[in-house]
Amino acid sequence: MIGNIIKKEFKELFVLSTIIPIVVIAIVYGSVGNMIGNIGETMKEKPVIGIVDMDDGTFSDIAMSVLTDRAEIIYEGSDVEEGLEGVRKENGVALLVIPENFDQNIHDNNPGEIEIYWIMRGVGMMDSISSGTVEGLIQAVNQEISKTLIQQDSSSDPALVLAPTTRIETTFFKGKEIEGVSPGALGNMLMSQSIVIPIVVMMLIIMAGSSVISSMGLEKENKTLETLLTMPVRRSHIVIGKMVGSALVGMIMAAIYMIGFSRYMASFQSSGVNLADFGLALGIQDYLLVGISLFTALLAGLALCIVLGTFAKNYRSAQALIFPITALALISAFIVMFKDFDTIPIALRLLVFAIPFTHPMMAMRALMLDNYSLVIGGIAYTAVFTVVMVGIAVRIFNSDRLLTGTVTKRVGLRRLVWGLRR
Amino acid sequence: MRKIISYLPEEAGAYKNLRGKEYLNFIAKFFGEGEKSYDMVQRGLEIANLRERINDKVDTYSKGMTRRLLVGRALMANPKLAILDEPTSGLDVVNAQEVRRIINGAVEAGTAVLLSSHNMLEVELLCQRIALINDGIIIASGTAAELKKEYDAGNIEEAFVKAIR
Repeated sequence: MIGNIIKKEFKELFVLSTIIPIVVIAIVYGSVGNMIGNIGETMKEKPVIGIVDMDDGTFSDIAMSVLTDRAEIIYEGSDVEEGLEGVRKENGVALLVIPENFDQNIHDNNPGEIEIYWIMRGVGMMDSISSGTVEGLIQAVNQEISKTLIQQDSSSDPALVLAPTTRIETTFFKGKEIEGVSPGALGNMLMSQSIVIPIVVMMLIIMAGSSVISSMGLEKENKTLETLLTMPVRRSHIVIGKMVGSALVGMIMAAIYMIGFSRYMASFQSSGVNLADFGLALGIQDYLLVGISLFTALLAGLALCIVLGTFAKNYRSAQALIFPITALALISAFIVMFKDFDTIPIALRLLVFAIPFTHPMMAMRALMLDNYSLVIGGIAYTAVFTVVMVGIAVRIFNSDRLLTGTVTKRVGLRRLVWGLRR
Repeated sequence: MRKIISYLPEEAGAYKNLRGKEYLNFIAKFFGEGEKSYDMVQRGLEIANLRERINDKVDTYSKGMTRRLLVGRALMANPKLAILDEPTSGLDVVNAQEVRRIINGAVEAGTAVLLSSHNMLEVELLCQRIALINDGIIIASGTAAELKKEYDAGNIEEAFVKAIR
């Protein structure tokens, strides 16, 4: 008896329309994972650094010995500018400078200064792994100097033994020179751009998309679509009306979500940091661009959802059709969170650019770094994507497909344009 | 064209989260605004004749009530031609009779009704001209009296069976 019911349930639920989206998601996630790389392997790799040693004392020699042993040195010399150039060229993480008075300071019971010039390439979570390994190097240097201090002179200041060096940090990040901030601190400052915005945009797309696909499913299930299509109203108005209505619902839901989530994320962020101090503040025109980017991406997502919604037979099948949208939004959000657009492989970069939802996720961070071409290019691409999708949707609405479930004519570009005008 | 032709599909539904009157308002706004829309809704209310239940959500309507609402929707715009597909299919006797009364009223008011039905007795009762269709082809047409005479039948159902043999 039970077996009979299990068999019936399985057959009812295990159908192509539910399996295909899951398989596609699994394949895409697997490919994205392979392209991004392995965190463990990255952490095992020796950090690539340059060293400028201007001192010639016992402690600087200890520091040099630790650094050369545990890192891949791509520059070793006495010229900071030359060192920076070398590190940049070889995709290094940082240039460590041991100044002239390093040894003397420690002998005088003062911490020795190490100047660190960070070359930061991205603010994604995985972009900070390599800088984290350099942080580990500094710890190792400190440990070796502490050991020597204890062995040599038991009368050393305990505070100096515990922290024999201090750092003077400068981070070079996409053309900006930010003094006194490490990549980790900068990453923390930009956490809201790296995590909150991608998640909120993702939720907005999923919620609004879900509304429009469900609406299409309900229209089919309740047999209201046929009546709507006989009304004296342009089909393009039906498509746009559905899109805008769903966009409003999605925005309200995302706003409610954002209030709770931003408060949650605020608890992880360092307080009292003013981004304007580091030249990272946004102006009104920047916020306007972020808004346009978000709006066009939302329309693009909804237009895509309407096209998918036309395949819905009822409310239940509509739920399955939301999967591709959810998957695309998730992929965009995760990639933006973990990696910077500029630090991902080219194939993945193309994929990320092709997903319209990625652009508002990246927009604020890109504008902070004056990367206007990425944002404006993204808006232009998303707008074109939207127009094409709306064209396809209008064409489908103008055809018999919604009523008969079959396509009778090929959809050509000229017909798409014609469909939009109708 | 869509302003003068009205179509009621066999399995049509109404938006379940709307109230009956809200649904008529929603549809009327496609045909005009202001007084025109108001008059149309009043006509729809009169045709559907759902009394106080018109202010309830469509979700709470019986099949017959939903059908009356939809017939009201289809005829309230005073179309020149109304295409009604199986307008009384699945309805109880009382509701079916009410829908037929509405259709007759629309015809008297000047609307041409193209009615499609498998219920031959209903066709005979409502239609001035009848076309018998088999496998998508019109096999005979005329008034009820002409068809019955042609096939020597007591009613249109019998005439249809004889016509396809």
